[in-house]
Amino acid sequence: MQDIVLEMKGVTKRFGSLVANDSVDFDLRKGEVHALLGENGAGKTTLMNCLYGIYRQEEGDIFYKGQKLELNNPKDAIKVGIGMVHQHFMLVPVMTVLENIILGQTDNLKKIDFKTPRKKVQELCDTYGFQLDLDAKIADLSVGAQQKVELVKALYRGADVLILDEPTAVLTPNEVNELFVILKQFIEQGKSIILISHKLWEVKRLSNRCTVLRSGKVVQTVNTDEVEETDMAAMMVGKKVTFSYEKTPVTNTDNILEVDSICAKGLNLASTLKKVSFSIKRGEILGVAGVDGNGQFELGESLMGLTPLTEGKISFDGKDISTMPTRERIENGFAYIPEDRMTQGLVMDFSLSENYVLNKYEHEPYTTHKVVFHSKAVESHGEVLTEEYDVRPRNPKAFAKSLSGGNQQKVILARELSSDPKIIIAMHPTRGLDIGASEFVHHKLLTAKENGSGVLVISADLDEILAIADRVIVINEGKIMGEFVPGEIDLSEIGLMMGGISRNGEEVQE
Amino acid sequence: MTAKVGKTEITIKKKDKSFIARIGGLVVTFALVLVITALIIAMSGKNPIEAFGYLFEGAFSSTYNIGETMVKTIPLLIAGLGLCICYRTGLTSVGAEGQMAIAGLMTTIVGVYVTGLPRLVMIPLCLICGMIGGGIWAGIAGFLKAKFGISEIINTIMLNYIASFTVSYMCSGPIIEPPGTYIQSSMLQDTAFLTKLVPQTRIHTGIIIAIISIVVVYLLIWKSPLGYQMRAVGYNPSAAKTSGINVTKNLVLAMFLSGAFCGLAGAIEIMGLHHRLMPGFTSELGFDAMAIALLGGLHPVGVTLSALFFGALRAGSTTMQRAMQIPASLVSIIQGLIIIFVMMQGLFSNFIIKISKGKSGKEA
Repeated sequence: MQDIVLEMKGVTKRFGSLVANDSVDFDLRKGEVHALLGENGAGKTTLMNCLYGIYRQEEGDIFYKGQKLELNNPKDAIKVGIGMVHQHFMLVPVMTVLENIILGQTDNLKKIDFKTPRKKVQELCDTYGFQLDLDAKIADLSVGAQQKVELVKALYRGADVLILDEPTAVLTPNEVNELFVILKQFIEQGKSIILISHKLWEVKRLSNRCTVLRSGKVVQTVNTDEVEETDMAAMMVGKKVTFSYEKTPVTNTDNILEVDSICAKGLNLASTLKKVSFSIKRGEILGVAGVDGNGQFELGESLMGLTPLTEGKISFDGKDISTMPTRERIENGFAYIPEDRMTQGLVMDFSLSENYVLNKYEHEPYTTHKVVFHSKAVESHGEVLTEEYDVRPRNPKAFAKSLSGGNQQKVILARELSSDPKIIIAMHPTRGLDIGASEFVHHKLLTAKENGSGVLVISADLDEILAIADRVIVINEGKIMGEFVPGEIDLSEIGLMMGGISRNGEEVQE
Repeated sequence: MTAKVGKTEITIKKKDKSFIARIGGLVVTFALVLVITALIIAMSGKNPIEAFGYLFEGAFSSTYNIGETMVKTIPLLIAGLGLCICYRTGLTSVGAEGQMAIAGLMTTIVGVYVTGLPRLVMIPLCLICGMIGGGIWAGIAGFLKAKFGISEIINTIMLNYIASFTVSYMCSGPIIEPPGTYIQSSMLQDTAFLTKLVPQTRIHTGIIIAIISIVVVYLLIWKSPLGYQMRAVGYNPSAAKTSGINVTKNLVLAMFLSGAFCGLAGAIEIMGLHHRLMPGFTSELGFDAMAIALLGGLHPVGVTLSALFFGALRAGSTTMQRAMQIPASLVSIIQGLIIIFVMMQGLFSNFIIKISKGKSGKEA
């Protein structure tokens, strides 16, 4: 059990100035499940992409069964026996299961031999008890079945080491159980598995050892059965750059926004909103903590009316606005800082001035008599905001696409906050920004709060939320796991909630 | 795609490196087109310089010739302007031809069968009916795109066929000119004729409508909230949606307005020139309009210039054919080349941008 199949030594991978992996040591023993645990952006997937030959590390070496590996592309990795099942499946929907499995593995393209592979694939399926119709089209299969196809594909290519990137993210609870059984079988067959995950219960249940990554560095490698989930959570969350702000206490008692058990369809099952309820007072910042992809995007979109609710009710200022169109919400005082500033926030081919009026171009002084659009007024407004929000370059005529990410975010802030909103929904407001720009954004949100706006900050950055929110709710798989006031509970408990264990300690897998 | 030519507020923004790059790109485009065309003429044993001379002469040498250039320019210009509207909204319409045909049909039906109205009512009525016809024809494609995501390229091509065969059918049956010798409709009532403006030419009042259209389209795109929101939808539908702009409505509206202008072009062709409906009266003006809109950088001023250029080509080609027996269809080759090179122009522009960036780097 102790012989090491795979070893990574001092692996460093940089993207520009960002260090995604900082001299990471990692090893995998034969017949074990080794989990890689960490928050989003901790560098888990990057590390595995180095191992699978998708990226090339700048420093460090990878050894496989004692041999040093030179991986230039995934083909090299597959050749030695490393297989990876990506979070987003790499299957051709219009082709059959068998065709997908042998894709790229055929020698003679003019006359493809299906017989021998079919036998081999069928044997593999029989060994592990997979019920797969080899002639079914991928598009007709459930997500769980597609994952099995990916697994068979890796096995067919002779994988001894399997890398699974967030394998349960897209599965239903039953499929998860099935997957766990399959993985146990793999181990019995002497294969080794690397499991990328941010879900504590899954790591606890499935893995033998666990390496925790934070900001690209290894925090610790532990034997899973020797540590509590609480400790793993604390290791995962850690303490990073700390912001500290004076928070004015919330004195208002009336809710500006009330969300009453709303449901909305998500990109996948895990991100589908399931009876989410909360409320925000005037002059309050409510933080939503959680690992990305657990329904945050859906929450923001449904509050703005961009995704229809399937159930539940949203009230704003005492009025039911569940079905109010987006434009009307904006007119009534909603401001939205969307998750993706490039595609949702800005029109890249518009000037800054034009971008500033995206939510108010129909109003005076930009439009008069309903049909006359005053570009002069738009431009002078642009000059004022560019100055006030310190957007660089100081040129309101510049195209949005020519700005850096931080300045683009300032443009969005300027647009959204300058119209005196009553409620602000800020999604990952400082993602990708440096500390200076982040503090700027935080100060603007805090000022808005002091002026009586209700603010909802949705962020995967826990420090940010702890620093600016008056109250925090934690979201996991589309459900609210708990609520707390920053400073009143310790990090490990927050980590547990983010990992899917609710505050009273019950494990929620559904 | 931010293509701007001319003295406008938007142009000033672009007046840095990329403006020079655009002009450079245009020059390269024209040079390549001329060289290749000359080669083709030379291959058929004719003197290319001489041919170009006749082409020019046929377009500009006399009052009549200039008049012909103008007459050819009018529908090209108006349809090109119409296409600007939908191209700016990110919709690739190929349907100007069909929209003109349907507009011609509408105009003819009103012009022939609605009797007893004075000229002052008749002309606007015919024009408006044509615009509505073209607008609805384009709006269908816009609706299919917005509601069901069906490619507007395919839609508009298909609608072109339907329109053109509908016109043929109507001309050969329901509205055929008695007694039915020729496949064409009856003459419009003369109250629906556009007035001739300049003696000894065929220039008609359509030219005034064209000039008004330039201004209207410019105001629509840049000086109206509608234009702002259509441009926002065109550049980035998801940002527009996030800001509460109704993307579906704007797509349909942009197609409708675009079709209305193409329809106006069709109506003017009938009322100013042919005075009756016949199959193929659009003579592929709608397709040329696409090249014109693109070559004109989707800006009204640019479109005006490129429409004049194409109008001159169409007018001059007949003279060239008469004098040198070079088929007038050579002009189609020139147009085809222009379309290809305009599409490739981004490449030329980028190439030039790269060079100029290098220079400015050294200066700094």
